[in-house]
Amino acid sequence: MTVWDAVVGQTVVPSLQRTVADAAGYLRGGPRGAMTHAWLFTGPPGSGRSVVARAFAAALQCPTGGCGQCSECADVRARTHPDVASLVTEGLNIRISQVRELVPRAALRPARGRWQVVVVEDADRLGEDAADALLLSVEEPPERTVWMLCAPTAEDIVPTIRSRCRVVNLRTPPYADVARHLVASEGVDLETAEFAARASQGHVGRARALATDAEVRERRAEVLRLPFDLADIRQCLDAAANLVEAAKADAEKHCDALDEREVDELRKALGAGTTGRKPRNIEAAVKDLEREQKLRRTRVQRDSIDRALVDVLALYRDVIMLQLGVRTELVNEEMRPSIDRLARSGSPAATLRRMEAVVAAREALQANALPLLQLEAMALALREG
Amino acid sequence: MSQVAGSELTAGGLAEHVSPSLFATRRVLIVNDVQDVTEAVGDILVGYVRSPIEDIHVVLLHPGGVKGKKLLTALRKAGVHEVAAERLTRPDDQVAFVRAEVRRSGGRIDEHAARQLVESVGGDLRGLASAAGQLAADAPDGQVTGQVVSMYFEGRAEVKGWVVADRAVEGRTGEAVEQLRWALGTGTDPVLVTGALATSLRSLARLAGAPRGMRDADVARDLGIPPWKVRVLRGQLRGWTPNGLSQAIRAVAEADLAVKGGGNDSALALTTALVAIGTARAA
Ligand SMILES: [Zn+2]
Repeated sequence: MTVWDAVVGQTVVPSLQRTVADAAGYLRGGPRGAMTHAWLFTGPPGSGRSVVARAFAAALQCPTGGCGQCSECADVRARTHPDVASLVTEGLNIRISQVRELVPRAALRPARGRWQVVVVEDADRLGEDAADALLLSVEEPPERTVWMLCAPTAEDIVPTIRSRCRVVNLRTPPYADVARHLVASEGVDLETAEFAARASQGHVGRARALATDAEVRERRAEVLRLPFDLADIRQCLDAAANLVEAAKADAEKHCDALDEREVDELRKALGAGTTGRKPRNIEAAVKDLEREQKLRRTRVQRDSIDRALVDVLALYRDVIMLQLGVRTELVNEEMRPSIDRLARSGSPAATLRRMEAVVAAREALQANALPLLQLEAMALALREG
Repeated sequence: MSQVAGSELTAGGLAEHVSPSLFATRRVLIVNDVQDVTEAVGDILVGYVRSPIEDIHVVLLHPGGVKGKKLLTALRKAGVHEVAAERLTRPDDQVAFVRAEVRRSGGRIDEHAARQLVESVGGDLRGLASAAGQLAADAPDGQVTGQVVSMYFEGRAEVKGWVVADRAVEGRTGEAVEQLRWALGTGTDPVLVTGALATSLRSLARLAGAPRGMRDADVARDLGIPPWKVRVLRGQLRGWTPNGLSQAIRAVAEADLAVKGGGNDSALALTTALVAIGTARAA
């Protein structure tokens, strides 16, 4: 077992391993080779950007290039390694104060003598100010410091920082790799793993949730009933309302406790209850935080709806495959009989129009349109074909 | 007949009002806000209630609440004739009140427009009475229509959105467009108009799909609206087919996206939606 076992279906691993070897050579007085001080890992959601970054970080710290067994590897995995810092954000944006805490850390000499690694997950959430605060350190870091940024695409990073980074492109991992990984890491049976890999369309995190959480599977099954329950307009409206309600429930599950904890921590940090602090300042800070939390809740809700729409879209893709007679494994193979019935009841042209309606709804929601209304319009369009 | 505010009533003034006169046959004194009178005036009032003079009537108005409670107790003990004026809190009662007020001022108003007036002005009866009087006087031929109500009293932005939506789903596209121009021109956020259109059409579509013969109360619960609104909706539903409603909702969704997409074409996007709603209804 090595640190690279956590990486699923990525072809870039060998070249990263060669870089690790160059880095080790450099520490022994050799040339830098492929090793550089700033990396940008890009790839679609679920491709494992931060997983690759952390595996790379562990391999750099490990005396044998990422054995997965030694204490260096274990400490990175447990997130307790003194020379691997990471910036993870739950918020919509990385706060400038978070960056300011991190930059001095990046200037330190590595405590264990190898590399000082700083991982920024969700670097696409660096606002302009936060990116500015980061820039100097990324431009000219101390000799042993390595920045690792993660973002969906290179375009999500401001050009000044992007141009300093070596970009590593990740791909959506093949289903077979995802399934194999789930069997090995979660101990689920192969059939479940294969289902989860297909159903998630190669999104590793989603595949893991589908493979291990019955509630997530049930929720997905419910979403996939949508195309079959559109007989009259009332059903269409109900289907739209259900999607919105489920997304609200998701957001509550994800945000309620988190929101409360953050407010508590902020109050404590600002010294609420101690004398000499102006309560008004504390309240203003809490208000700011609550505004951000509201935005996050909106985002979580939107993401939840989007995930559902991706599933619906995949189902129509299955439909059109059958309508066109393409011999292929369906994303929703286990629903083949009912998908076949759906395929027979319409034309490929109508299926394409339906897919367009789903895509249009996704785009509209990204543009901040009214979720319920857009989903209603989508459901009605699906019914009309 | 004279009318005076409690706070302005002096002992001397009161004595003048309630002393016998050689000339007048019958006099009425109305004291507004009797809780504001001074203690001395209060004592005189209590005394007068104990031994009134025939043909001199004193009407005291108290708005409720604790202020002046001591005086009220004393007045009651002295044998004052008390008439409790109940607050009209039910929308149906307020609507009936508005209709009566408009009739009294020589005008006519239908139930729908009266509701619209209650929604815009609120439940304050004095406000409603004066609004009703003004509308009855100003409306052409004394006919107070929903449009007249909108022109005068709909300061609240959401209400303007509802008026646009009501006209649109009733198939009165021209009026809807006119109301839209007026709403946007007076600073109504286009989002409120899309929201109102979406909500109206959603209610209609759900009502259209409700089991035949479902009672108003059950429909109201299903749609999350007050029962009187169900009657309005049933009226608005005439002329619509399910497919028409479907088209209309999709048109509003397009307008919503256009409005969110960026500013200055909101009016055009919403007008397009209104026309599409009109077409969908006629189809
Ligand atoms: Zn190791």
